[in-house]
Amino acid sequence: MRSLGALYVIAILLLLAAPLVVVTGVSLNGGQSLNFPPQDMSLRWYGALFQQPDWLGPLRNSVLIAALASLLAVAVALPLALHVWARGGWLGRALYTLGVAPFMLPPVITALGFLVFWISLGMYGQFSATVVSHAVFLVTLPVVTISLGLQAIDPALIEAARVMGAPRAKVLRTVVLPLIVPYMISGYAFAFVLSLNEYIIAYMVAGFTVETLPIKIFNSLRYGYTPIMGVVSVLFVAIAVAVFGLIGRYGNLPRLLGAERVRE
Amino acid sequence: MSAGVGRTTPGWLGAIPAVWLAVLFLIPFAIMLSVSVAQRVPGGFFEPGFELASYARLFTAFFGRILLTSVLIAGGAALICVALAFPFTVILAGMRRRAQTLVLVMLLAVLSLSEVIIGFSLSTLLSRTAGVGNLFAALGLTETSQAYTPGLFALMAGLCYLGFPYAVLVLYPPVSRLDPELGEAARSMGASPLRGFLTVTVPVLRAPILGALILVFVFTLGAYLLPQLLGRPRHWTLSVHITDQAIFQSNLPLAAAMAVVLLLVALAMVGLALLLGRQREAGA
Repeated sequence: MRSLGALYVIAILLLLAAPLVVVTGVSLNGGQSLNFPPQDMSLRWYGALFQQPDWLGPLRNSVLIAALASLLAVAVALPLALHVWARGGWLGRALYTLGVAPFMLPPVITALGFLVFWISLGMYGQFSATVVSHAVFLVTLPVVTISLGLQAIDPALIEAARVMGAPRAKVLRTVVLPLIVPYMISGYAFAFVLSLNEYIIAYMVAGFTVETLPIKIFNSLRYGYTPIMGVVSVLFVAIAVAVFGLIGRYGNLPRLLGAERVRE
Repeated sequence: MSAGVGRTTPGWLGAIPAVWLAVLFLIPFAIMLSVSVAQRVPGGFFEPGFELASYARLFTAFFGRILLTSVLIAGGAALICVALAFPFTVILAGMRRRAQTLVLVMLLAVLSLSEVIIGFSLSTLLSRTAGVGNLFAALGLTETSQAYTPGLFALMAGLCYLGFPYAVLVLYPPVSRLDPELGEAARSMGASPLRGFLTVTVPVLRAPILGALILVFVFTLGAYLLPQLLGRPRHWTLSVHITDQAIFQSNLPLAAAMAVVLLLVALAMVGLALLLGRQREAGA
């Protein structure tokens, strides 16, 4: 039974990996067409991604948006999670609900909300509109990770610091913050990866002026498939595996995802 | 919220996220609501006003068909995902931490992938020149390689690919909290592992399974690119039509009215799922 179970898990993981294996193969084609197994293997399209201006622009946009939006998301999630943790109350409950709501709803709703919002403000189609929209949409991830980090703090530690006469700001800076920094980093990383991959909000808010990589791929799909799309896919998978792999290596991924006891 | 940490933060700290989210999350929704009752100006955006014309259009066969298609497709995908994900999660939760972390990294990587990339990958996998068509032809199952996309099969495969990791992650916390002694007790009483699974594990986790089903349903309901990349126009879901109306038909009021309906459906379902989760916690 145990081996049967392991077999099931491996079979599903292989199914999940199959499209990615094919795409990796496709990205290695020497010619224009997508063949698997690849023909005239070459890394030519990998070079092309970083040289062709029409792909380099979206690449730069995507990375910049993800970096800034995640930073903004963590900057808002930190006071939110702190307030919920230390004060609770109706405001805490409302804030937490608002913090996780964008993520629970079909994203097209949030996207349309942002579209009409930025039109009303006259900021439709601007780079900053995409950044702020992503930051609001992705705030859920750092809110959840930072809240988990705060819950893990032993209250006795805080009490001890207070009893020894440390003022509130000092307790926050010297006790609480250092303990939750790893959770802030993983929240940032989660948000970064998801912003990189996000399509519908970026498209609705500024799809025609601020092209991100997912938008660029979708637009190019209409004119036919080229191996360069495979290259972008490989790049995105690699980034995701690297980021989550690092969190798994240095953090406690099972706990971060809600498990309470795990066999070593 | 325990006594020890109370008032560790200054009271004004909560105002920062409160103002930020109120302005940037609640106001957009309010504007969307007002747009849904605004008057459509053909060729332009809209004019403020109050008319229910856009909502009236939702009571037509056109919209009924879209809604039915969306519910059937998302519901089917949710059922398949949870049916596959539940045994997967039970096995996963019993693994050692190192193995669990590895599997979780892979699931998270797949989950975070853009729909564009999933659609592109699957249509390549199911294509004539680079995919399983070649494999089947080589094995002699089919005479020549053929494409399996676009179509309902490709679309369902895509939605399951998208929804499966999500289903596992939704089921993971309740499954991992389940007392492993429960299964052992069933086994010591002579139940086979499969019987123990069906008569103990599944019934105990009935509420989380139902909750996961709803959440995966809402999640796949939000899929926007896969119906376009892997399905045919008759498989387009509500999400696709909302964008189509907003961007290509320039009918923002109708798009907003459809989004409001989708919002209400999603809110009701998520609320139900949360309620199920709470009952479970109260019962445990």
